[in-house]
Amino acid sequence: MKLKYIIPLLAFLSLAVLLGKGLTLDPKAIPSTRIDKSAPSFELPVLSKPGESFRPEDLKGQRWVLNVWASWCVSCRYEHPILNDMARANIAPIVGLNYKDEDAKAAQWLAERGDPYYKAVVDSNGRVGIDWGVIAVPETFIIDEAGNVIYKHTGPITRELVNNEMIPLLTANN
Amino acid sequence: MKHALLTAGLLFALIAFQSNGFTAIEAVVFDNTSHEKRYKKLINELRCLVCQNQNLAGSDAPLAKDLREITANMIKQGTSDSEIKEFMRSRYGDFVLYEPPFNVSTAFLWLSPFALLIIVVTGLLFNIKRRQQDELFKPTHATNNAEQVRVRNLMRDTPSLNSKDSNKPER
Repeated sequence: MKLKYIIPLLAFLSLAVLLGKGLTLDPKAIPSTRIDKSAPSFELPVLSKPGESFRPEDLKGQRWVLNVWASWCVSCRYEHPILNDMARANIAPIVGLNYKDEDAKAAQWLAERGDPYYKAVVDSNGRVGIDWGVIAVPETFIIDEAGNVIYKHTGPITRELVNNEMIPLLTANN
Repeated sequence: MKHALLTAGLLFALIAFQSNGFTAIEAVVFDNTSHEKRYKKLINELRCLVCQNQNLAGSDAPLAKDLREITANMIKQGTSDSEIKEFMRSRYGDFVLYEPPFNVSTAFLWLSPFALLIIVVTGLLFNIKRRQQDELFKPTHATNNAEQVRVRNLMRDTPSLNSKDSNKPER
């Protein structure tokens, strides 16, 4: 007899917990498939340096950052000063993947706002971005000594994120 | 009447115009109709990552356009449908597939309807059995004729137990 009242209550509570948990999740967040897997290889030309190219293998043996950006990307403006500060602090090399942009506009952007990049590489048709699973610019990855992706952030990075999550990863085992 | 006709006409034009706009994705030329069929099927089954809740076929996003182009090129190069889906899945995860594959994280999604069905059917059977065993519905439980008559009379005189009497206004 008592069970008759307890079962609907339990059913309601479990549903409430399930839906409540759902409210705290971001339905647009797509987990990266690249975490803990080897970073997709590529060879791309370096912006404003004709004849020079960059491959992720060039940085093997150290931890580095891949930052996907574009001059047409509005939220890249917010994270750019933070990238400049990271570069000034000399934490790790930051490679800028210039995603589906025009070289002239990208170069102008770096001239105006400062160039935090160890190397800015040109992904004009966005195919390398697709290999890395880039959905929306900006996105930031951390790659470890062995060439595996160990961290990904979608959207502009914040100072809090850099201090609490990125720097500990970049300075570990280094 | 005139107004209604005019409104209906405008509305119809609006709908016709809108559906025209929807099909405006770039045309892809295939030299073989089976390739074209596969392409149309795949871009309908693959999800756009930018404007989520749209498939690749219905999205104007630049990324969706690139992924359509990749899909078309892979088909032309003789790549199978499952290899194309794996190409997308390895980059964007299960999310890119409108029909999620069965694995540990989707087990609940796939199995919960069946679990629910089992729970409901078991509950229903249990309930039916309990009703059948209900003392009041078993006048034969009475040991002799006189008791059986009494039970029947009781059932007839109690509105809630006899459907024929249940709508009488008295009591």
